[in-house]
Amino acid sequence: MSPAIASVELAIETHGLTKQFGRQAAVAGIDLAVPTGSVFGFLGPNGSGKTTTIRMLLGLASATSGEISLLGRSMPGSLRSVLPRVGALVEGPAFYPFLSGTANLRRLDTADPGASAATRAARVQHALERVGLTHAAGKKVHAYSLGMKQRLGIANALLMPRELLVLDEPTNGLDPQGTREVRSLVRSLAAEGTTVFVSSHLLAEVEQMCSHVAVMRAGTLVAQGTLDELRGAGEAHARLDTPDPVAARQVLERLGLTPVTLVSAAGAPGHLSAALTAAAPAPEDIVAALVAAGVRVRGFTVAAASLEERFVALTGEGFDVAQ
Amino acid sequence: MSPSDPREPAVTGPAVTGPDSTGPAASVPEPTGHAAIATAVARPRGASGAALLGSELTVLFRRRRTWAMLAALAAIPVLIAIAVRLTSSPVTPGRGPAFLDRITQNGLFVAITALIVSIPLFLPLTVGVVAGDTVAGEANLGTLRYLLVAPAGRVRLLLVKYAGAAAFCVAATLTVAVSGALIGAALFPVGPVTLLSGDTIGVGESVLRSLLIAAYVTVSLLGLSAIGLFISTLTEVPVGAMAATIVLSVTAQVLDALPQLDWLHPWLFSHYWLDFADLLRQPIDWTSFGANALLQGGYILVFGALAYGRFVTKDILS
Ligand SMILES: Nc1ncnc2c1ncn2[C@@H]1O[C@H](COP(=O)(O)OP(=O)(O)O)[C@@H](O)[C@H]1O
Ligand SMILES: [Mg+2]
Repeated sequence: MSPAIASVELAIETHGLTKQFGRQAAVAGIDLAVPTGSVFGFLGPNGSGKTTTIRMLLGLASATSGEISLLGRSMPGSLRSVLPRVGALVEGPAFYPFLSGTANLRRLDTADPGASAATRAARVQHALERVGLTHAAGKKVHAYSLGMKQRLGIANALLMPRELLVLDEPTNGLDPQGTREVRSLVRSLAAEGTTVFVSSHLLAEVEQMCSHVAVMRAGTLVAQGTLDELRGAGEAHARLDTPDPVAARQVLERLGLTPVTLVSAAGAPGHLSAALTAAAPAPEDIVAALVAAGVRVRGFTVAAASLEERFVALTGEGFDVAQ
Repeated sequence: MSPSDPREPAVTGPAVTGPDSTGPAASVPEPTGHAAIATAVARPRGASGAALLGSELTVLFRRRRTWAMLAALAAIPVLIAIAVRLTSSPVTPGRGPAFLDRITQNGLFVAITALIVSIPLFLPLTVGVVAGDTVAGEANLGTLRYLLVAPAGRVRLLLVKYAGAAAFCVAATLTVAVSGALIGAALFPVGPVTLLSGDTIGVGESVLRSLLIAAYVTVSLLGLSAIGLFISTLTEVPVGAMAATIVLSVTAQVLDALPQLDWLHPWLFSHYWLDFADLLRQPIDWTSFGANALLQGGYILVFGALAYGRFVTKDILS
């Protein structure tokens, strides 16, 4: 029973989750562990299998193999008792264009067998307020901008009190203001105790919103953990600005570092960068050695690996589309 | 998963039964946090299928497309009545659709004539559009995934979709019948009707007979609706499902007209479509009504089962 007890802490847990489309594995045996109460970023370039994973989590597509547990219950077996507790935005919003925003939300609310008709109007109203769409509630959805549809999609996920929100690229098509609003909405939902699982291909977004992150690359999970764990897994870099790059390079090499010359935009070769491995001397000792060797130091900074470097290293293709 | 099937009594209860409890995690006690929230969110049960059906009907009858089709159907008796009214020479009995020659004597026949005219093409056309759109239309809009994560339940959604299509069949035939009765009463004299058996019935009784024929035509269209529902589960392109359904209805009628295929005829869903003359006898002969209902019921069972088999296991990737 121990694996089951461990799963109590996890809002989403998968083991060897796989989805095969013909011969292509869109998702290849991933083991997700999303802690209850976390804001979990599901990061990966386009085509890396995020939406496919979400479809399997929600019982829309069947897994080729592997196990899923959502809110402590196995899916899709417990679909009817689990899904009412889950709000979702999958692969962008979708609505009846010939109905108003309000009518669309009412329609989708009636599909939830547990949603009370008596409170429907109030819940729809409240959800629209939360995403700032009250002014456009009566408009037909075909007159909505993509950003407004996106908000309406989030409103749909908020029609009932949820324990888990699954948001697939929720800021797609939103302007910077809208993006900020979604971010603060996610934070306030998380503060209320809702677990938020949010997919994105934008690192900055995940970095600003999430406590945990998992990184997908071509259907596989290449990293998973808290944001700090992922950051810490990368090496810090020392960065040196000097008019004596040749001498500086010799000193750094003598200290066991492998400096890289960074060419500035102006083409001046005055910047060196070196990874600070565990064996490297302390930064202050590096500077002392440089000065002792007569290297003139204009600037010396130590920076933790940016998450972006980490992401690019993990996904290989960076922000490019897989395949 | 049927509309009448109540949800399990409690999400967190220890004695959970039903399909939801088959998962390995079902025997694991819920964490108290979840339990507390689930109880707070405790929802009223039942009447949920009715709510979804109500919403389905609202969406169907709020579409401009639905109204355009009903308006086109309403125009059929109007055109017939006006054409007959404007023609000075009397209609020769035996030419044109059945009962056409009787219209000038009694406006009540406009409705019946219009139904006969609509049965081969116009009604199957509109029913094909609605039935073909049921699932494929939602898949095409992307709303299917949101209905299913709500969670509507696949079986419940399928039943509601079929009920919506059936409601459209009722609306379509009633539109023709009512529009025919109104325009007939407006343009022609209305009086007692002489039945095929030679008996005469009053206006009230003849209106009832017209409604009976409308019911017969509605039942006739239910098999086609089930076929359309099944085809609709096969694709994400609603126009394809509509076209396929309509083509099938035409094909069935063509096959029904080929004497070489005698053995096949009783099995074609369109076989009894025009056989409602027995309802215009005194006393009413229910044989063809029964045979038609049985055949349509068979089609509903077979294609309903096929749609179920397809839809319940389908990956929703739209
Ligand atoms: N219906 C489908 N049929 C075949 N391949 C698909 C289908 N949907 C997605 N894929 C493939 O699966 C992979 C993952 O897609 P997806 O999960 O949508 O990625 P993401 O959401 O991360 O952008 C892609 O290579 C895509 O081409
Ligand atoms: Mg995606």
